Amino acid sequence: MVQLTINNIKVNAEEGMTILEAAKSVGIHIPTLCHLKGLAPTGACRICVVEVQGQRNLTPSCAFPVFDGMVVETNSPRVRKARKTIVELLIENHPQDCLICVRNKNCELQNLSEKYSVREHRYVGASRNHALDISSASLERDPAKCILCGRCVRVCHEVQKVGAIDFTNRGFSSIVTTPYNKGINVSDCILCGQCILVCPTAALREKGSLKEVVNALNDKNKFTIVQVAPAVRATLGEEYNIPLGTDVTGQMVTGLKRLGFKKVFDTNFAADLTIMEEATELIHRVQNGGKLPMFTSCCPGWIKYAEQNRPEILEHLSTCKSPHEMEGAVLKTYYAKKMGINPKDVFVVSIMPCTVKKYESNRNELSEENMADVDAVLTTRELVRFFKIAGIEFGDLPEGYFDNPLGESTGAAAIFGTSGGVMEAALRTAYFKLSGKELENLELEAIRGEDGVKEATIPIGDLNVNVAVVNGIGNVKRILDEVQNGTSKYHFIEVMTCPGGCINGGGQPIHQQTEKIQKRMKALYQIDNKMKLRRSHENESVKILYKEFLVEPNSHKAHEILHTEYFDRKKVISKDL
Amino acid sequence: MHTHIFENYEPNDKSSLIPLLQEVQSVYGYLPESALQEVADFVGMPLSRVYGVATFYNQFRLAPLGENIIRVCRGTACHVKNSANILLALENALNIKAGGTTRDRKFTIEVVNCIGACSIAPVMTVNDEYYGRITVKDIPNIVKKYSKAPKPKEVSITPEVGLV
Ligand code: SF4
Ligand code: SF4
Ligand code: SF4
Ligand code: FES
Ligand code: FES
Repeated sequence: MVQLTINNIKVNAEEGMTILEAAKSVGIHIPTLCHLKGLAPTGACRICVVEVQGQRNLTPSCAFPVFDGMVVETNSPRVRKARKTIVELLIENHPQDCLICVRNKNCELQNLSEKYSVREHRYVGASRNHALDISSASLERDPAKCILCGRCVRVCHEVQKVGAIDFTNRGFSSIVTTPYNKGINVSDCILCGQCILVCPTAALREKGSLKEVVNALNDKNKFTIVQVAPAVRATLGEEYNIPLGTDVTGQMVTGLKRLGFKKVFDTNFAADLTIMEEATELIHRVQNGGKLPMFTSCCPGWIKYAEQNRPEILEHLSTCKSPHEMEGAVLKTYYAKKMGINPKDVFVVSIMPCTVKKYESNRNELSEENMADVDAVLTTRELVRFFKIAGIEFGDLPEGYFDNPLGESTGAAAIFGTSGGVMEAALRTAYFKLSGKELENLELEAIRGEDGVKEATIPIGDLNVNVAVVNGIGNVKRILDEVQNGTSKYHFIEVMTCPGGCINGGGQPIHQQTEKIQKRMKALYQIDNKMKLRRSHENESVKILYKEFLVEPNSHKAHEILHTEYFDRKKVISKDL
Repeated sequence: MHTHIFENYEPNDKSSLIPLLQEVQSVYGYLPESALQEVADFVGMPLSRVYGVATFYNQFRLAPLGENIIRVCRGTACHVKNSANILLALENALNIKAGGTTRDRKFTIEVVNCIGACSIAPVMTVNDEYYGRITVKDIPNIVKKYSKAPKPKEVSITPEVGLV
């Protein structure tokens, strides 16, 4: 224990705590910009400076550990002045664009400017001029808005361990960018959008698709259908000051109906369908000496990572399309036919927690007879913008219900949005299929939670099924090395790119609240808990779909419509130097 | 052409990054992308970090040099004699910025600090020739003189796609 005084308040802090943490423990707020919880401090931005008695210079509180008898002032006139100057300098080098910026009212730079009452432009200098990078289908980079805090770089290198972008050049021409300043679409980036979630400004943002959706809705010849991913219902409320971890399914559905979609379906339906296909595929591989371990394939960020970095293991990937692509494929075949609509007039919109899915929906192989399975993807954040434009006050909405048949789902589908959920759902069904008995204890605690790699062994009959869950793409390397050198003991491995799973996807609401992952996870497990049906093979609408159309899991028809293929995308640069 | 340079280094040792970049540059005169990728793989770092390091230090070039290298002095004496305008005029004439190379790879502009010819400031050099007491008006003629020189031999380089 260390005793110190912060703003005349006696504070008992733990050894090794930073001043920032100690201050927070007693409710004293210190602004930060470059700081990222859980990662080593860089001390780059200095907005967090405080006065420490006996030290001549101001001290960055995020990087400085407390000591016994320390006396700290976090809000003296000198501190305030220093912080204000930093903010003023940042603003002068920033486009004065707030009124027309996507991050208007949710921008840390704007907040700081407001907080320190910046009311004039005191420093006028050259502002940096950088080209917009709109090369990717998922995200945009606007380096002119970058304040060089480095948070995206650290998330990309240290958390995701992709390392697509970094600081380049120096001094005034410093810029966070890709190698050779090329478009992000030709870099190592997997478009996960984790960098967007930490960017304090709009320098990183999703590529918006609202216009396409509005046009489709206005087109009288189009039958526009929307589907919503499992993870969106657990986070959407945050944008409306509803407490973290509140399930807002009912209001969300009503809101979507009011936007004018002809049908509001649930990607959870297709999550159940995915489980039927994926569990069957796994069993087939186990029983017929197929490639093992098998990896899940519902996360397109993970698929992109594997294609770009480990083409050697592509045969280990399940061939199942991701759930929203399956839903789209069923809508454009079975459903269109059943309803007597020309599939060319069906326009499928997916509301997703994910930025990669925008790129995914453009993949050529994810289509039926030259019609994309999914026509447009909106993130959770874009849905909020859509509600706003349409004058929909979310808080006042009554509860609504998904349309059928592609709106029915089980508890197994609900947990798809959290790390470990796909595995848990698959095991519930694989257990039944292999043993003919239902799994008694449905909650597999060992693969829940926030650990980087989670493992379990499930005895099914005389087979011990070893499974692993990779929570965040930054944890995948060891698992892949084992698979490649033949020492992997697993049968089945789930990989989710985003730490925590889709509930923390790159398209989710942006804020830096610490408990978001935990609370959002809990919301999904609660949905599962409350459901009468909690196993994918119990979904009646899915059963009917097989009976009327797909015959049985992994049938020829199912392969044609619900499965896909992967390609080696390891960068090939001409070597003829 | 450069593979031999790896022989003297241990893989996955980040401290060999700078020496390796220097060796690549000594082979090609700049850091070609494919070689940079190989260095990245060899030292076990993402390409973006290697590129970041390469652009941080002035000693590294990311693009091949032009056939003619124009150095504009921006030292104190030349500054006093308006070298800023000389540089600007040159940049405009060639349509590139200092540090850049023209698309036809004829010219590269570099900025230097005092080349010891202050008595004839403002000074610029083209390859080994000195031009002193120049004015903005002299620039077009000087550029013209070197534009006429024969085409350099073909160099194979990686195509530069994407944003600049
Ligand atoms: S989207 Fe993901 S991979 Fe791409 S730069 Fe951002 S964090 Fe890195
Ligand atoms: S892009 Fe955003 S997160 Fe990255 S350094 Fe710039 S301001 Fe910070
Ligand atoms: S974990 Fe979910 S949100 Fe993140 S990339 Fe994968 S599918 Fe998208
Ligand atoms: S937050 Fe402490 S230096 Fe940036
Ligand atoms: S300052 Fe230009 S030559 Fe000395």
